[in-house]
Amino acid sequence: MNAADWQIVGFTLRMALAGLALVLPPGLALAWCLAKHHWPGKTLVETLVTLPLVLPPVVTGLVLLDFFGRHGVGGWLHRGLGVDVVFTWRAVAAAVAAMSLPLLVRAARTAFEEVDVKYEQLARTLGAGEWRIFFTITLPLARRGVLAGVLLAFARALGEFGATITVAGNIPGRTTTLPVAIYEAVQADEDGHAWTLAAVAAVIAFVAVYLSEQLSRRHK
Amino acid sequence: MNHGPLTATFRKQFPGGPEIGVADLRLGGGITVLFGASGAGKTTILRCLAGLERPDAGVIHFGGQCWFEAGRNFSLPARKRKTGFVPQDYALFPHLTVARNIGYGLDQMSAPERERRVTEHLSWLGLAGLAGRRPGELSGGQQQRVALARAVVRRPELLLLDEPFAALDTPARLRLRGELRTLLRQTGIPTVLVTHDRHEALALGDEVVVLHGGRNVQQGAAAGVFSRPVNLAVAEITAVETIQRGQILEIRDGLATVAVGDARLIALAGELPADALTVYVCIRAEDVILMRAEKVQSSSRNCLAATVRSLAREGPLVRVQLDCGFPLTALLTQPACQELALHEGARMNALVKAPQVHMIPFEAKQPREPGLCNGRSGC
Repeated sequence: MNAADWQIVGFTLRMALAGLALVLPPGLALAWCLAKHHWPGKTLVETLVTLPLVLPPVVTGLVLLDFFGRHGVGGWLHRGLGVDVVFTWRAVAAAVAAMSLPLLVRAARTAFEEVDVKYEQLARTLGAGEWRIFFTITLPLARRGVLAGVLLAFARALGEFGATITVAGNIPGRTTTLPVAIYEAVQADEDGHAWTLAAVAAVIAFVAVYLSEQLSRRHK
Repeated sequence: MNHGPLTATFRKQFPGGPEIGVADLRLGGGITVLFGASGAGKTTILRCLAGLERPDAGVIHFGGQCWFEAGRNFSLPARKRKTGFVPQDYALFPHLTVARNIGYGLDQMSAPERERRVTEHLSWLGLAGLAGRRPGELSGGQQQRVALARAVVRRPELLLLDEPFAALDTPARLRLRGELRTLLRQTGIPTVLVTHDRHEALALGDEVVVLHGGRNVQQGAAAGVFSRPVNLAVAEITAVETIQRGQILEIRDGLATVAVGDARLIALAGELPADALTVYVCIRAEDVILMRAEKVQSSSRNCLAATVRSLAREGPLVRVQLDCGFPLTALLTQPACQELALHEGARMNALVKAPQVHMIPFEAKQPREPGLCNGRSGC
């Protein structure tokens, strides 16, 4: 492990956290809407959210590439704010966010569904509004399940490859993440280097998934 | 009848379930008991009042305020109704301490004011040492009081209690019954309490509303409803021990002579329709007096020669099944049974005063609206 490797590990962790920060508010809101309400088109939204989980990640990358490209939102961002997304760290964050969203939403949704509606109803009779109920009743009672989902999403974000390389490329020191670096090492016949990086990735993923399992077990 | 702040006429049907509703329900102050068998729709009615269920049709008004009006598609949200709701299992927030459970509804208040109110209610309900506990660490009775405190602390205009003793074992239930009545009286808040237990209804209620087949079928002072059921269904729900069909033989000077089995009974003709011929005769077990067969002189109009068929202990009481030309049930204390040396086959005189023989006009079909039958007993 040299300085560049550590930079890649640090960058990958930061991107996973950035991706989480990006999906957490809309992810929890969406999970809550799916768990606690019935509305038309619910199944459609559920399917769309789950899609990145089963589509080839490259396809998600492609969609993001188009979305953030010059002819999409990206062009508007470039003209209006001078911000570029594609092939920058922002694209990495967006890619991992899109890929971890399904895991977070599905876990949080289940956790919210398991909160007995009687507590929320009682809070209503005590004069509480929906925001207050969410933050003081639903979220605290679902915290284990939500946290398990967050950890799982985080682990997924660390391992993201296909979407990242499509929308952010592989620019050393700027967009190269751990999985991309491993792929590069393999391509360059640097098996030893590849295995070192793979071990680091495995350790981080192991810890995250282990904690997630612990939480969801105690949750049950 | 006290025509107080709540008036309600509404109905509600869950998919595949029976239609539940009330017609012209009027509740005054004090404690009103919604009484009925399980499945009679008591909880649904309570939840409609709390704003947790939306009726399919009807209106609910409370103290000049409209809570629900189907015609205008209006329903005041639960959080604006100023009710204090205590559900069957209390639904205490498991992740909050006792103090924070009680203070949950006081978020509009300043912190010191809230703390003062919570402390006040903790000591009022004898929970002072438990402020920092979680609901899971409390006994059933303590949980009940925390739930009551949480509902009352906001000074609601209407208290709604769903089977407040359902989560408790029998000893606790008996002990806390009197306590709850005192507490509810102290609050002075109009209360609607749901129960399926006749003793609870009698002990707690100022007024009783009997529900049957998803409808309110009788309302009145607690004692009156239980001793004078308006129809057979109410007599059955209120568990009148002896219900027998009889024939009116004559009515003279306000007294009716009824043939029941081989026996003749005298009862007050009361509000009985003049053309009534067949009636149901209802006699409460606690209104039956037993005497040794040789002593016959008494003021009681009905003195029936009876044979003891069976004896069954019920706590401090004994349930005595008699045959006096028709099956009659009496409820006696243990010492009374011993003094009379009661045993199976013993011959006694059963005394029932005329006012305690209640008659319900017989109708080939009990008045019941179609579509209300929920497949339970009595349908």
